Amino acid sequence: MSRAVALRLFQSLLVLLVMSFVIYGLMGLMPGDPIDLMIAGDPRLTGEDAVRLKALYGLDRPWTERWLRWLAQMCQGELGYSRLYGRPVWESMAPALVNSATLMLSSLGLALILALPLGIMASLRPDGILDRLVNLLSFASVSVPVFWLGLMLIVVFAVLLGWLPAGGMEEVGGGDRLRHLILPVSALALAGIGQLARHMRAAMMAEAASDYMRTARAKGCGPARMVLSHQLRNALLPIVTIVALEIGGLFSGALITETVFAWPGMGRLIYEAVMGNDFNLALSGLLLATAMTLAGSILADIAYTRLDPRIGRK
Amino acid sequence: MRAGALILVFLLAAMLLAPLTLPDPEALDLMARLEPLSLAHPLGTDELGRDIAARLLQGGRVSLGVAAITAILAGLIGTCIGLVAGYHGGWTDSVLMRLTDGVMALPLLPLLIVLAAADPAKLGVPPEILDSEGFAIARLAVIIGCVGWTGVARLVRAGTLSVRSRDFVRAALALGASPGRIMLRHILPNVASPIIVATTLSVGNIILIESALSFLGLGIRPPLASWGNMLTGAMDVVWNSPSLAFWPGLAIFLTVLAFNLVGDGMQKRFDPKRVSD
Repeated sequence: MSRAVALRLFQSLLVLLVMSFVIYGLMGLMPGDPIDLMIAGDPRLTGEDAVRLKALYGLDRPWTERWLRWLAQMCQGELGYSRLYGRPVWESMAPALVNSATLMLSSLGLALILALPLGIMASLRPDGILDRLVNLLSFASVSVPVFWLGLMLIVVFAVLLGWLPAGGMEEVGGGDRLRHLILPVSALALAGIGQLARHMRAAMMAEAASDYMRTARAKGCGPARMVLSHQLRNALLPIVTIVALEIGGLFSGALITETVFAWPGMGRLIYEAVMGNDFNLALSGLLLATAMTLAGSILADIAYTRLDPRIGRK
Repeated sequence: MRAGALILVFLLAAMLLAPLTLPDPEALDLMARLEPLSLAHPLGTDELGRDIAARLLQGGRVSLGVAAITAILAGLIGTCIGLVAGYHGGWTDSVLMRLTDGVMALPLLPLLIVLAAADPAKLGVPPEILDSEGFAIARLAVIIGCVGWTGVARLVRAGTLSVRSRDFVRAALALGASPGRIMLRHILPNVASPIIVATTLSVGNIILIESALSFLGLGIRPPLASWGNMLTGAMDVVWNSPSLAFWPGLAIFLTVLAFNLVGDGMQKRFDPKRVSD
């Protein structure tokens, strides 16, 4: 078990290394380069300055060499300086990370609170009204574009009714954070409920026909006790895995929802950094997002084998 | 499944008929901005006075074109990798499957942004090709296809593994058939139905990704309409004309829903033993 985890960790490091190499190469293919942008921003700079600056930043070297140097710095914990925001990368990333985590955790929590009971109740009466509703909902939620869902929420609750703010994180001067959270959290949660409920229902159905359920019934166990303390405890296993997989998302944010609601999170930060040719910030953000996604999938595996003793003893 | 097929047939018919009855989707009419529904403009006009119905159908043509090409491309890549990995086994299989795991584990959207933001002019693509409609569609197809092949690859590998040890494959081997012939003539037809199902199911997802990229300004760029970039325009005028955002999103929603319903129906029909849940 620990050997398998070590192998996965090594594999993930390899993926990260390859990923950083590919992204470094791709960033070089973007329109404009940092020195051109500097010159465009300051008319006093001449062609000579440009050459000097390129040498100063090492931009006259081939990009593979620059990547190696960046990697060496990264390994020493030096993320570099964000050109776009004019401060160290870490200082730009920290608030965005907090904002994204707030948004993602609240929506994941809301989706779980609504979806799990829905899935459980649907599984109790297969092909009943609620079951069909959950099925419909799961199709709808994988088919709906989140940005449209967000826009429609804005149209209804901000434009037509005027109840909630359309975007941003707080009023000018601060405060009122909670009201700004309602719409983006609802959009994300609505898009997630259908799938979660469907998974919960499937997990419950898979346990319903098992031997231990028959034994429990034969012992004279009541229906509520059967469902809650026998069936549900086993059916929650795959759900734990799914939730662990979501952890990566906490750090990479939800770019589209963040764009629609002008929420300054990680998705938005990475997007701006990529578009603004901010190498250091974009690379750090992308690699952090990838690392967390990989960590989430390893965590999901560990949780699954730990919680289900049958798997570890094979 | 029937509902899904109906939606798709209706959509295709509307797209074929659109050029005959509706105005030019790129014609500006600044005197007729944000007009409500009328006989001349069945769904009204947008912020630049363009006919919304005509743009919706042009956008649909573009979105479905991208989705179809991408799905086929991703299906091809996935099938090749899955066949080779499953047939050869050993370290070929390990390397290819670790690659698949790696691509699957990447955060999709940030990666697509980096790919989409790269400037093809720096790769030496001549400018006259750069501006064509076909290039915009092909570029998106390649970008999304690069990361979208993993699901098919896994399915095909699993199918190949189970078919590989059957008697007819061993008979073909004994008759001296080459590995390429065995893969294409003997194994591929037996794993075709999961490929078709997975490809159909992926079309919906690709439409969502394409519209998200276009919405962010990284996919199809105006004046060419796509459902995603129509929503970008609508978002800017949401306070003046909130209804503008309704139609393109509804079109995406219904189309993706239709593909998912059809794919799900096909899955149940091709493989009645395995109920989708």
